[in-house]
Amino acid sequence: MNFYTDLDKYGKNLAVITDKGEQLTYDAFLFECDNLMGSLISRRLLFLVCNNSLESLVAYIGALRKGVVPVMINAGVDSQLYKHLYEQYKPSYVYAPRDWEAIVEDVETEQFKKLEDYRTFTLYATDCAEEYELYPELALLLTTSGSTGSPKLVRQSYKNIDANADSIAKYLGIVSSDRAITTMPMSYTYCLSIINSHLLMGASLVMSDYSIIQREFWTLFKESEPTTFGGVPYIYEQLKKLRFGRMNLPSLRYITQAGGKLSKEMAEEFNEICEKKGIQLIVMYGQTEATARMAYLPWDHAKEKAGSMGIAIPGGEFSLIDVDEKAIDEPEIVGELVYRGPNVTLGYAEGYKDLKLGDERQGVLVTGDMAKRDKDGFYYIVGRKKRFLKMYGNRVNLDEVEGLLKKEGYECVCAGVDDNMKIYTTAVADEAHKNIIGFLSKTLGFVQRSFQVTVIDEIPRNESGKVLYSALN
Amino acid sequence: MTNLEKYIDAFVKGLELDESLVKSGLAYSEIENWDSVGHMNLIAELEEAFDIMMDTEDIIDFSSYDKGIEILAKYDVIIE
Repeated sequence: MNFYTDLDKYGKNLAVITDKGEQLTYDAFLFECDNLMGSLISRRLLFLVCNNSLESLVAYIGALRKGVVPVMINAGVDSQLYKHLYEQYKPSYVYAPRDWEAIVEDVETEQFKKLEDYRTFTLYATDCAEEYELYPELALLLTTSGSTGSPKLVRQSYKNIDANADSIAKYLGIVSSDRAITTMPMSYTYCLSIINSHLLMGASLVMSDYSIIQREFWTLFKESEPTTFGGVPYIYEQLKKLRFGRMNLPSLRYITQAGGKLSKEMAEEFNEICEKKGIQLIVMYGQTEATARMAYLPWDHAKEKAGSMGIAIPGGEFSLIDVDEKAIDEPEIVGELVYRGPNVTLGYAEGYKDLKLGDERQGVLVTGDMAKRDKDGFYYIVGRKKRFLKMYGNRVNLDEVEGLLKKEGYECVCAGVDDNMKIYTTAVADEAHKNIIGFLSKTLGFVQRSFQVTVIDEIPRNESGKVLYSALN
Repeated sequence: MTNLEKYIDAFVKGLELDESLVKSGLAYSEIENWDSVGHMNLIAELEEAFDIMMDTEDIIDFSSYDKGIEILAKYDVIIE
C-alpha cells in the first residue's frame, strides 16, 4: 500500500496548518482531497498549477489517491512556457488559482469547462479531445530544467514516491509530532519530498507562500511552531544575513539542506550555529530524476565531514565509474556518480506520447555529477559532467540557454558558476549586452545580476567546430 | 547625492528597476523584481549607500518603499 492511500489511519492527527491559520486533521484533509478529485476519471492527466496553499496540497494528494496523474506547475511560471507545456501534453484537466492569467482566454472562450470551484482555485475539464495511454505505474510529472522552456518532464512512479518518502522518513527520524514549514514552491521536488515524508509519518505541514525574508513568515513560524524546514544554498545565504544564529526558535529540531552544494565554509558555519542551538543540520543530495533524495550526511558526522554530501539513503547505493564506465574501487579517485535504488525514476517525457513509456532506467541513474569517495565511504561532489548551473536551486542547462539566445539572434556561449551565469559574446555593443541580460532575466526568471556578459574576439572552437569551454576563462 | 537620491538609486540597482517605478506605494512581491532574491540585493545596496548594518527585524519589515523610509530613520538616515 502506498503512503497516500493509507493516511486515514492518522485520522485525528493534525495534517495541515495554512498561512491563514486554518488547521485540518487528516480526516478533514482527506475528505477535501477525495471530494475534490473523486469525480475525475483516473489515468488522465491533470495540470496542477500550484502555490503553497491548502488548495494545491488537497489537489496533489487527491490526484495521487484517485490515480489522476498531476503535472506540477508553479503558478509563477511564464505563460509562454505554460502554453508550450499545454500544447505538448494536452491534459484532460487543469486546476489553477482563479483568474490565473495564462488560462483566462481558454476560460472566456469556453474551451475549458468549469467542473468545480474550490476555495481560491477552480478545476476545469479541457477540450483536449485526444485520449492517450498513461503507463499504469506513472504517478506524477515534474519539470526539471523548466525555466529554459524545455517541455521535458521527469516521470515518477507510485513506487518511486513511496520508496523515497520512506527512506527520508527513516534517515531523518521523522515522527508524528514533527511539523514542517514550507520555504520553497511545492512544484519543486525537494519541497514535495518534505510533504510526502511528513504525511507518511502522520506529521503536520505548515503551508506558506511567504519567503523567509518576510515578517509574515516568521510570525507564522512563531504561531505554528514547526520542528523543521529545508533550504537550497541561497536560503542559507539569506538565513546568514538574517543572523539565524541569533534567532530564538525553540520549536526547531532539525533543518535540511539540498538543491545544490553548500560550500564547506557555509556548512561549517551552520554546523556551529546548529550545534549551539541544539538542532541538527542535515546536508543532503538528490535530483528530480531520483524522485528527490539520494544521499544525506548524518549529523554525527557533520563536523568531521563538512563539505561532504554524505552516504546513500536507506535502500540506495552509490558507485563511481571512470570514462570507460569501469567501477572505481579506490578512495579519493574522481569518477561519475552512479546511483541505484527504488527511487530512480522511470525516465523523461517530451510530450504526451511519452507518457505510455515504461521504466527506462531500471533502477540505475547515471547522475552527471563528478564525485569522489573518501576512505570512510563518504562522497564529495567535485564537479559536473553535464553543462548546467544551479541558479537559486533550479537546474539550468547551459546548452539550452545558448539555444534560446541563438533563437533571439545572439551567438553566445554560456558558462559560469552556480547563481552566476557568464555569457560570452562577440557582440561589442552595450545595447546588445543589455538586451541579452534583459532577455535572460525575463525568460529564465532570475535577477539581472545573475548574468554577466563578457566580450570575446571569437568563440573558441576545436577543429571539428566544438566549443572549447575550457579556453573561455 | 541627497539621501532621497541615494534611496531611489538603491531600489534601481537592487531591484533592477526603471527609476520611474521607484516611488511611494511600491511594495514587496507586487512587482516581479521585488522577490526574495531582489530583496536581499536591495538591502545590500541600502547598507552600502548609507554605510549601515540593518537588524534582522528591520530587514524582514522592509516591505515597501514607504516603510523603508520609516525604518531608515532608526539608523539616523533621514529621507525627505
